[in-house]
Amino acid sequence: MVGGIVDADVATYCLRLGDDALVLSQRLAEWSARSPQLEEDVALMNVALDLLGQARNLLTLAGDREGQGRSEDDLAMLREETDFLNAQIVELENGDFGRTMARQLLVAAYSLPLWQALTSSTDADLAGIAGKAVKEVEYHLDHARSWVVRLGDGTEESHRRVQQGLDDVWPYTCELFETDGVLQRLVERGVAADPAAIEPRWRATVDDALAEATLTVPETSWRPTGGRRGRHTEALGYLLAEMQHLHRSHPGARW
Amino acid sequence: MTVPTARTAADARRVLAQVTDPEIPVLTIEDLGVLRDVSVERAADGDRVVVTVTPTYSGCPAMDEIRADVETALRRAGFTDVEVRTVLSPAWTTDWMTDDGRRKLREFGIAPPGRRDAGPVLVPLGRRPAVACPQCGSADTEELTRFASTSCKSMWRCRTCREPFDHFKAH
Repeated sequence: MVGGIVDADVATYCLRLGDDALVLSQRLAEWSARSPQLEEDVALMNVALDLLGQARNLLTLAGDREGQGRSEDDLAMLREETDFLNAQIVELENGDFGRTMARQLLVAAYSLPLWQALTSSTDADLAGIAGKAVKEVEYHLDHARSWVVRLGDGTEESHRRVQQGLDDVWPYTCELFETDGVLQRLVERGVAADPAAIEPRWRATVDDALAEATLTVPETSWRPTGGRRGRHTEALGYLLAEMQHLHRSHPGARW
Repeated sequence: MTVPTARTAADARRVLAQVTDPEIPVLTIEDLGVLRDVSVERAADGDRVVVTVTPTYSGCPAMDEIRADVETALRRAGFTDVEVRTVLSPAWTTDWMTDDGRRKLREFGIAPPGRRDAGPVLVPLGRRPAVACPQCGSADTEELTRFASTSCKSMWRCRTCREPFDHFKAH
């Protein structure tokens, strides 16, 4: 990774994106050896691996822009819960397969236009990461969409479950399109993607998939918030305890 | 030991032409398009060989091994000062795979990737184009799962010869 320019806003933005990818990757890894079929086990682990790779690149860049010498491992394994800046939607428990795929659809439908926009970021390192991520997320969306359609337009039981999963995670999507001072400054500099431009594209993709899946778009006035400022649901602490345990028990352990 | 002056980037390239991908050993890293550049930089204490590689997928677990293999191969050939750099941009694409690499893949039983259109990334909604069976050549094939033993492959089945096969995804 080239660079070496200290930039607090870019560091924060990379942490937000990197934590989204890292935490979702960890969640998906929980499906290992538990998926409904072997091919699905392989698929979910491939998606998790892509996200882990994106997280590694983003956290490395975050450490570089932060300028305090922290590595990707330091950031992933030695930060506390309140230092994590992921949106809450990725930390929520998997639930059943229907809920897992509903979340995958909602997150991938957001990630694709996000990474597409970031391929032309004025930060060349971030644009480089985006250039890789965009191709990977294209597959993730395709995969999640196929499952949501199959489950939604499947049996009565599969329809009921995926609708329930969708209803559970839907309110958390609002956090993906929040803005604040950091984001506004980065959008002005052409570094970050403008959430206002991403949201309609996300919504069109989701509406299209849900219509084909015969699912109902949930209605809610509840807007959970706080993830981007380090406030999380109860679920994140347990996830981090499992993820960070090995590294903290064996300080300095490396692959 | 100092690097003999006759040793150039071309020499290093010849050594690296033997380095194979750890997951698909019939392909060299050059066939795969992972090897991006080989150059020699003049340093105060001799010449340094700088090898630039790029990952296929962000999370490709073979990258660490590829970097180690590159270094080992060059050191064995007598290059003492070796640096392996990893770049993400421009992003790797299967369009960089050599024709020779595509032929080797097919002979190995993996259907090679088709050429990607140069246009913007589109969300595929319908069926993907047919992939010919690497065993019998039939176009009557079906995708079993979009993800397979490695990030870069999907799993298919031939309806004619009934054999399952891997397809290297266009990326």
